[in-house]
Amino acid sequence: MITLKNINKTYDMGQASLHVLKGIDLHIDKGEYVSIMGASGSGKSTLLNILGILDNYETGEYLLNNTLIRDLSEKQAAVYRNEMIGFVFQSFNLINFKNALENVALPLYYKNISRKKRNIIAMEYLDQMGLRDWAMHMPNEMSGGQKQRVAIARAIISKPQILLADEPTGALDSVTTVEMMKVLGDLNANGLTTIIVTHEKSVADETKTIIHIKDGLIGSVERK
Amino acid sequence: MFDIDRWQEIWFTITHNKSRSVLTAFGVFWGMFMLVVMVGAGVALKKGMSKNIEGFATNSMFVWSQQTSVPYKGFIKGRNWNMNNEDIPLLINKIPEIQYLAPVLFGGGTPNNVTRNDKSGSYGVKGNYPAYNQIDESKMIYGRYINDIDIAEKRKVCVIGERVYQVLFPKDENPIGKDIQVNGIYFQVVGVARHTSDINIGGNAEETVVLPFSTMQQAFNQGNIVHFMAITAKPGIKVKVIEDKVHAVLSEKHSISPDDKKAIGGFNMEDIFNIFLYLGIGIATLIWFVGLGTLFAGAIGVSNIMLVTVRERTKEIGIRRALGATPSNIITQILSESIILTLIAGVTGLMFGVGLLSLVGYFLEKNNSFFRDPQISFVVAIAALLILLIIGTLAGFMPANRAMNIKPIEAIREE
Repeated sequence: MITLKNINKTYDMGQASLHVLKGIDLHIDKGEYVSIMGASGSGKSTLLNILGILDNYETGEYLLNNTLIRDLSEKQAAVYRNEMIGFVFQSFNLINFKNALENVALPLYYKNISRKKRNIIAMEYLDQMGLRDWAMHMPNEMSGGQKQRVAIARAIISKPQILLADEPTGALDSVTTVEMMKVLGDLNANGLTTIIVTHEKSVADETKTIIHIKDGLIGSVERK
Repeated sequence: MFDIDRWQEIWFTITHNKSRSVLTAFGVFWGMFMLVVMVGAGVALKKGMSKNIEGFATNSMFVWSQQTSVPYKGFIKGRNWNMNNEDIPLLINKIPEIQYLAPVLFGGGTPNNVTRNDKSGSYGVKGNYPAYNQIDESKMIYGRYINDIDIAEKRKVCVIGERVYQVLFPKDENPIGKDIQVNGIYFQVVGVARHTSDINIGGNAEETVVLPFSTMQQAFNQGNIVHFMAITAKPGIKVKVIEDKVHAVLSEKHSISPDDKKAIGGFNMEDIFNIFLYLGIGIATLIWFVGLGTLFAGAIGVSNIMLVTVRERTKEIGIRRALGATPSNIITQILSESIILTLIAGVTGLMFGVGLLSLVGYFLEKNNSFFRDPQISFVVAIAALLILLIIGTLAGFMPANRAMNIKPIEAIREE
């Protein structure tokens, strides 16, 4: 499903440049449950952003469903992100002036689905996350766990093929972390390819494959 | 376009920071308000000026005799000369471009020179040809103006001004066929005239008694003297053309030096009208220049605030991009916000401006003012709305472009 061949990524830092990914080769099959671990600055988030078509790479090849993801127009990239990829962020990234229902429904807005229909669908997903009663609440009225579940509902409402989660439990307490991993695990169990970037061993242990990144290279791959 | 979410977001953007939105919108409001008020005032000034010359032929010129200022053909300078009856056919025959020529005699002004029974007043007296009414039109309240038969038969008839009628006759009495005395001579009233323009030649027309030109010459011992001539040019002929020819013919006939610029007095109504016309165009240009400048200053304010808004919403825009918003989605959103803010402010300014013009127009209607009926036309209102739409789009263009160039990954990282 996902194939990376010799991916290189460099950030220009003024006169200096930072070579973050130094030739990543990776293959992830459909339905896999993968975590990417590494120290700060190792390049794990950059890798996730490239997988999510949020960032570009200089050399190498990224094949998504056998399609080369390279030099896409902004519009093409937006369509891929909308239809194939769901994002979950550490800081939830909910839009603070929209209630939970509107936040969840937002990806469908960009698919030109009518407001009535997208609200019905969004309510189903909120229900699935146990948040039906919180649909009309604003993000600032919700706990961290609730916000992250809203973010997950939003990430999967477009029925993406891949769920990318960048430190999804980084802002949660241990109890909520367990709950969240259960949610992600259930989604994967239903066939959703799930890739999590984390620096927490306990979180990574919940996944079936752990990829260790060190200094921009894949150090090791643990498969259970 | 009419998706409720978009309107909700536009409304949120505008109301999120109310005081900032109000201050921003005020620039556009004030620009449109000033533009409407100034255009309305310009229209009122133009209407006032038009009213002043309404009924007065703008393709006309006037001549009269003055002392010579250059010695010529044995005559010393400072000589007095007069136009006379012979000049009338001479000018008409020699200058085919003349449409109407009306000689005028002036008289009256002595105390209580016009009487009827026990009523009397001091009024101007003019001897006119029928053609004069084609040049300086009067609206007849009763009867008719002087006609060719009056001239040919030197009838003792007169047309009195409305004010003269009001003083000499009881209210609503029909004066036609009644006699009045002018300088002790009886004249039968054949008409009552109301002057249409605010231009008065030889005294206030409302307070003037008009006699047939030929009658006045004979009755008041004027010989064949002509005091004044009113002349119009045929359609398509510039008044300047006949003005030069009239001066040349009169100079030759009365032995006046062609270089004497003072011997023949006169003025060219077309020149004066053109001065008003160009003044009007100048004022209108200035009004639009200042008004649009103010409006654009307001638009720059909107653009600035939209830039700040985009900056504040960088993260939100990044999230939207991550969730599938295309660049055109983002551009449309920002442009919509800019256009709506501009339109709300501008239309409010338009309404306030029109309201103020209506209020001022109501008071001006009661007072005979130089400004008349200040208002803007429907076309100007539509043009103003189109301008708002354009400047709203221009104001939003730079912020929208900035928003479009936000990289989702950088925006999401932003805290």
